[in-house]
This record gives sequence, C-alpha cells and structure tokens, in this order.
Amino acid sequence: MENTHERRDAQGGSQPSSDERSPRQDGIRSGVNRRAFLTGTAALLGVTATQALLPKLHAESPSVPEDPTKVPGAPPSFYGQRSAFEQAQRLAGSSSSFTPLQDLHGIVTPASLHFERHHNGVPLIDPARHRLLIHGLVERPMFFTMDELKRFPAVSRVAFIECSGNSAGEWQEPRGQTAQETHGLISTSEWTGVLLAIVLRELGMKPDATWMLAEGADAAAMTRSIPLAPALEEALLCYAQNGEALRPEQGYPLRLLIPGWEGNVCIKWLRRLKLGKAPFMSREETSHYTDLMPNGTARQFTFAMEAKSVITSPSGGQQIRPGFVEIRGLAWSGQGRVTQVEVSTDGGKTWQKAQLQKPVLSKCHTRFRFPWRWDGRETILQSRCADETGYVQPSRQALVEVRGMNSIYHYNAIQSWKISRDGAVHNVHV
Amino acid sequence: MFTSRPFWLAIVGGISLGMVCTWASWASRESSTGYHLGSPATEAEIKAWDIDISPSGEGLPPGRGTVQEGRQIFAQKCAECHGQTGVEGPMDRLVGGQGTLKKDYPIKTVGSYWPYATTLYDYIRRAMPFTAPQSLTPDEVYSVVAWLLYQNGIIPEDAVMDARTLPAVRMPNRDGFVPDPRPDVKK
Repeated sequence: MENTHERRDAQGGSQPSSDERSPRQDGIRSGVNRRAFLTGTAALLGVTATQALLPKLHAESPSVPEDPTKVPGAPPSFYGQRSAFEQAQRLAGSSSSFTPLQDLHGIVTPASLHFERHHNGVPLIDPARHRLLIHGLVERPMFFTMDELKRFPAVSRVAFIECSGNSAGEWQEPRGQTAQETHGLISTSEWTGVLLAIVLRELGMKPDATWMLAEGADAAAMTRSIPLAPALEEALLCYAQNGEALRPEQGYPLRLLIPGWEGNVCIKWLRRLKLGKAPFMSREETSHYTDLMPNGTARQFTFAMEAKSVITSPSGGQQIRPGFVEIRGLAWSGQGRVTQVEVSTDGGKTWQKAQLQKPVLSKCHTRFRFPWRWDGRETILQSRCADETGYVQPSRQALVEVRGMNSIYHYNAIQSWKISRDGAVHNVHV
Repeated sequence: MFTSRPFWLAIVGGISLGMVCTWASWASRESSTGYHLGSPATEAEIKAWDIDISPSGEGLPPGRGTVQEGRQIFAQKCAECHGQTGVEGPMDRLVGGQGTLKKDYPIKTVGSYWPYATTLYDYIRRAMPFTAPQSLTPDEVYSVVAWLLYQNGIIPEDAVMDARTLPAVRMPNRDGFVPDPRPDVKK
C-alpha cells in the first residue's frame, strides 16, 4: 500500500482535537472530527494528527483595540503574515499534508497552504551550491547553476498540481470528512521558470532520446521516468511560485512541472535529468504509482489527471442554514480547459449549469459558483465537470465498474455531500 | 578626381552587404548555439551522480552479494522497519503475496508485484535504509537484494547476485503491467 513509512507516526501521534471549529463569514461553520479520517484516507497516505501539536491561535490572543480608529496601527514589516484571526491550515502528517480547500477562495493556493507529498522529508538546499545535471543521450552533457537557469527566457503559467493519490480513500467508502480530507492533495500556483525544451535544445538531444529520468536531491533521490515528446511541449523547470522563490516543501530551489500530470512526476529539488531510450523502471513507477485492476494487471505510466470537481462550500464538516447559500467549488482537468460544471442539488436527478469564474485556464483550477436556496430538507449536493476533450467526470459507480476498488490512484469520481435536516454536511456515496 | 558612380555604389553596397552578413552571422549564432549558459559536465562528475539502474542492468556497479550476507544485513539495518522476515512490517511488506493481485485484498510485495529485480538494487541504493540512505556498499546492496529475492522464492539460497546475474532474474509479475488505456470510463 501507499508509503507505510508513516505508520509508526500514525501510531505514536497524538490524538486529534475533536472540536476544532473556526468561524466563517458566510454562516457556515466548520467542525471536523478528524479521528475517523485518520483511520481512512489519512492512514493510507500517512497523515497523522500533528494538527493538535501546532501552536493554536485564538481570537483573544492579540491585543485587540475596542476601536481601531482610535489607536495607531502596526508598523510596516519585512515579510508579511496573515491576520492572527485566520486559522486555515494544512492537515499535516509525516510525509504529506492536505490543502484546506474549504477555507480558500478563487483559484490560487497560498504557498503556505500548498499540499505536500515527499518521500523522505524536505531537504535543506543552498541555492548557490545547487546544480542541475543533464546527461545521457545529449550531444553536450552540462551542469546548470540556479543563476544560469534564471538567465534563460522565463515563462509563467498558472497550473494545478494534483497527487495521483488524491481522494484515494474514497474508492471503497466515504472516508474523508471534509473537502480537505477528500480532495486536499491538489493546489494551484503561478509557476515561473524556463521551458525544458529551451534548455534541452542548448545541449542538443540525440535523435534516439525518447525518455527522460528526473531525479530529486532529497533523501529519497525521488525518481520518475517521463516520455520526452509530451514533456517537451509544456514542461517547465520552475524556480518560483506565486511570485517568490519556491517554498522548500515545493522543491526549492528547482522543480519540474508537467502541467496536468500526476504530481509525483513533477520532481522536486530537481538535480538530474538523464535522457534515454526507454523508461528506467524506478520503484516509483513500478511498485508504486501504478494502478492495480480487478484482473490483476496494473496500469503503468498513467500520467494525466482526468477532469474532476468538488463542491468546497458547503462541504463535509460544515453547517448551513435555510435560505440563500452560494454553492462554490473547484473544477480542473489535466487534459485542458474545463468547459462546463453542472451542479445537482437533488442527488443527481437534475443538473444545472454553474457559473465559471474567468479566466478559465488550461490545466488549472477553475472556480465555479451556483446560487441556491436551501429549503431545510435533506438532500445531496454534487458537481460534475467536463473538459475541452469532451470528457465528463464519471460517477463513482461507473469508475468502480471499470477499475474495481484497489487501484488507489487517479480517483476522480463525482463527490456527494449530504445535507441533513439540521444543516450538517457529510460525505456520502450514492 | 572624380570617382565613377559604379565605384561608390560598389563600396556602399559592399559595406551594406558586410553589415547584413555580420548581423546574419550574429543572428544565426544566437539561434544555432543558443544562450551560452551552463558548463560542460566531465565523465567523472557524471559518474558521481549517475546512480540509476536500468532493467538491462546498465549502471550496476562491480561487486557481489549472497543470501547469507543479506540475511545478516537485513536483520541489522532493515528488519526494524520491515520485520524479521520481510513480512511483519510495520513499514512496507516486502515478502509474500504471490497470487493475491486479483483478490479483494491484494498484497503487493517485491515477490508479488515488482516487475524488475534491478529496481530493487536501484531503490535500496538510492533510498534505503530510510534513516541513512545511500550508506550501503555495493556488496551490501547486492546481498540485501539476494536475500529478498530468496525470501520471495525467486532465487535459490546459494545464488550470488552481481551485475551479470541480477538483470537475468525474472520476476513473477514481469508481465503484469499494461499501458494507460484511458479514457476508459463512460459517464
């Protein structure tokens, strides 16, 4: 199963707090019992309850003036921080952390809340000493320093990265309690770097080069084989995220980005690219990140993340009140642009088009919204998206019919949130 | 005194042509040899980083390992996480599970799932032991690989693993992988 190096932590970790609640401005409260989750998706992905160990901020802790117009405010600072009243945080374990999708707005994920998945910790790397080696089937094997990589023509693009194990807990039963737990292994950033194709042209690719090994400078020397032709179209060697240098947990100082592909091929702390004639068959593309089918065969090199959406508000763990509720969510496709999102407020009997926030970008989060009036009756909310290839997000039943329940990766079925009569929202399978 | 018009035309034309040629050569230099960034990597520098092993065995270093040596090294350096026989955990189970891939609860191990024996060498060398990656010698890696293959019933107890024998090991699930057939699900 997925990295069991975490199990020890899961056993030794502290118990989660069951009453972590934060106020929300739209009348929706978030109350999460994380304990059940930790036995499900989180255990699968190695998440533990370190949440409880994090310093907890309370609204009372800052000295809040009665009237902020009557006292001078704080001076400027060298590096800004969010308001002490804001508490959205990742659900963090020893080798992964989940983005709190239900607490975020728009399409960009703050770098501090970008999900993490690493295979033996976050390395500490001095950018002045970091080099990228490119070798194998090239005319001129070369090293590049970070300064040199930054001198190449730069390009920025906004794109999501999704772990292929995102929603892995949902194959068998509705395990995640919140959108963070069911879908939080995805985030979107503006990434800046140089196109891989430009750098490879500098070295001269040999005509028989068809695959590329990418390797990280972490303690797992994380390694994936990538087919060269599709990678040359869009792959970026990134050094910046949302305007500043990459965060350490996102690969500082250099990571690969292949927009739309499963996150683990976007090798972080990138130090080596080797061109070859065939896949290198590393552990991370044979024993892991392969999808076991009911007939006992396993699919290999399943790169693109297919179209998927989730309603982030109202979502699991939240509480709604009768009256106007704006249904909000995120949709994305690793195959291109999202062309349509439909919302059902009656458990899939009828569907209506949601509004898409512009700009709608290829291989990027797309924010959708749908105005709704809750009449206080029990119901089920769902969203389903389509992309420019004509692909439509499938139901869980359709997905499981083809792939069974043991493939772990690439789960992209329609998510169902049940609204109880008391306004509580729960994850269900329909 | 008077120079003929064709002469001047030739001079001006020559200078213009020269400028165009110079510009053209700059331009072509820019597009053909690029940005002049990066520094050449020597063979020794590449060798120091080039740690991957292909299924063909390319990249395997000199050295050798036996099941007996592997048993001892595993007990000292691996068993704490993977169990005394590679079954008990608490981390990834490495042994057993053959014949379970079609079942409701498949057990994916080196013996039941991994398609290439060379991947074992690659992964153990680059990433294990978890708390001290890249600390094993080539002989130690070959030995741990030998022991794991033996535990899974893939090689005999007296087998020796080296750059020649390891790529020749045929894993039980060698033909168990298929390419991505998606889109595979109707809505």
